[in-house]
Amino acid sequence: MTKVQNNRAWWLILPMLLLVAFSAIIPLMTVVNYSVQDVFDANTRFFTGTEWFREMLNDPALQAAVLRQFAFSLTVLAIEVPLGIGIALLMPRKGWQASAVLILVTMPLLIPWNVVGSIWQIFTRGDIGLMGWSLRELGYGYSITASPVDAWATIILMDVWHWTPLIALLCYSGLRSIPDAYYQAARIDRASRWAVFRYIQLPKLTNVLVIGVLLRFMHSFMIYAEPFVLTGGGPGSSTTFLSQSLTTMAIGQQDLGPSAAFSLIYFLIILLVSWVFYTAIMNMQKDKQEGEA
Amino acid sequence: MAEITLKSLAHTYLADPGSPEDYAIREMNHVWHQGGAYALLGPSGCGKSTLLNIISGLLEPSSGDVLFDGERVNALPPEARNIAQVFQFPVIYDTMTVYDNLAFPLRNVKTPEARVHERVMEVADVLELTTKLKRKAKNLTADEKQKVSMGRGLVRDDVSAILFDEPLTVIDPQLKWKLRRKLKEIHQRFAITMVYVTHDQLEASTFADRIAVMYEGQVVQFGTPRELFETPNHTFVGYFIGSPGMNFLDVALRDGRVMAGDTALAVGQGMRRAIDGARSSNVKLGIRPEFIEVHETPVEGGMEASVEHAQDLGTYSIVYLKLGDTALKARIEEDQPTPTGRAYLRFPDDRLGLYVDEYRVEIDHD
Repeated sequence: MTKVQNNRAWWLILPMLLLVAFSAIIPLMTVVNYSVQDVFDANTRFFTGTEWFREMLNDPALQAAVLRQFAFSLTVLAIEVPLGIGIALLMPRKGWQASAVLILVTMPLLIPWNVVGSIWQIFTRGDIGLMGWSLRELGYGYSITASPVDAWATIILMDVWHWTPLIALLCYSGLRSIPDAYYQAARIDRASRWAVFRYIQLPKLTNVLVIGVLLRFMHSFMIYAEPFVLTGGGPGSSTTFLSQSLTTMAIGQQDLGPSAAFSLIYFLIILLVSWVFYTAIMNMQKDKQEGEA
Repeated sequence: MAEITLKSLAHTYLADPGSPEDYAIREMNHVWHQGGAYALLGPSGCGKSTLLNIISGLLEPSSGDVLFDGERVNALPPEARNIAQVFQFPVIYDTMTVYDNLAFPLRNVKTPEARVHERVMEVADVLELTTKLKRKAKNLTADEKQKVSMGRGLVRDDVSAILFDEPLTVIDPQLKWKLRRKLKEIHQRFAITMVYVTHDQLEASTFADRIAVMYEGQVVQFGTPRELFETPNHTFVGYFIGSPGMNFLDVALRDGRVMAGDTALAVGQGMRRAIDGARSSNVKLGIRPEFIEVHETPVEGGMEASVEHAQDLGTYSIVYLKLGDTALKARIEEDQPTPTGRAYLRFPDDRLGLYVDEYRVEIDHD
């Protein structure tokens, strides 16, 4: 058989190449370009090498922001995942109640980020906000502008309110796909409610939970608008997360070099954690398969 | 171990049933004896799965009683009934090994681990799963999964009956006979009452000693495969059992002759008297394609029919005939000549059944 050599086929990938170039590669390379230079004006620039990177990695404020960011992401994941599963388990399976509950649960997901921040900003005000006012009436001196603990708790509560529905919806769809025969067989096998959850429901939810956890991790790690509107990063810098530090540096102070270096580090952290998480999950499944042989 | 009695049992999925058509199960009485191998045979939607779910307790009947050894169990949930059920699609616990799957029903009731091990090994041996015990159940083939589902019913000492809801639907044809034989073997070894739901007559007759044929929510006949074939109790059983199904001719008595449309039929005196005595206009004669005598040349008492076409199925052929206006099928063995154009038919008297209002009427042949 003769194989026809025709390299003109390479032209076919050109549109995709252009698209990726303009949407990802060129912007990213611009950032890389800034990160290794010190730019004064259009004509004056110096090559700095890895200086900005070293500076950023050694900046105590940024180190604190990274830790804060991890603490935040892990906390919301630890609350949202079990809570989402729990809600999904309690949601009615059929009838008009199912539709009604579904709409109610989905509602927070439809609200834009900065609107969520505004809603909670008003909600927590001591004079007119329902939550702020109620807590104060109950004798607790609640204030998100004065107490870092209150600010933190409120931001976590806000994120849980905003994003638990996503996990709940994913789990709900996962649960709906389990055939009735599984539940019937479990009853006949005299399985307890817990065993049904542990051996039927949870295994069937694994796939949607991987997606859910990855999405929620990336999302929460990039959180910006809500805390910015609600607390502005305060009190002090207690709720200043990475994206906000970055914005302040890049837009507020116009430190293009350091903020470019910082962006790249930020990007790499998200990439690394997602990769580690994904690989860990996939490896867990691979080990299982080896165990089966 | 139990005898399962269904007493005046009826079930409807509607809140306010009116006509008998509203019932998935019409009022019925039935007994499944301890240790029997039974099949529940019927077309889709005839109520056989509903009946099975009522026995296992997944459904509570709208009226009537389910008795296990004379004790009313209507309100008992499946977990309290000591019944195992195997579903159409294999149900296995994905994350568990085969061993843990089999041990699951025992561990749920806190059986000592030594006993669990003993039972699991015994059942795995019977089902030929011993080499697979350490594997995750998820990675098994469909027939192995179905064996695991079955095994979960067998490990329990207290199981009084195993119900099968079309368990071989997803199994490859060449493995079906193997699993069916396994089921038979298990039945003989454990002497457990087994009720097997299927719409496949071959499956039913290879598995069961006695078959209950269901039609429109009723058991229309309960008998051995032979009885169902030779003396169907109801026209539906005639249609449904056999391949092809039974021939039915609408008949009436005119001027002392038995007529199917405009054709006079040669039937015996006993049959003629029985038709005469029928108090209904719905009178049919039924004869199996296997029992119609087909001759190429005129014979005494033969009725002339035209041959529409013939279907050669290898070891036998099916001849499509027209007797007057009535279409008939006859089965001809390969060693017999297949007629073309015209054929002369005889209906042996002892093979002819009389059906009044769809039910068989016994007649004295003379």
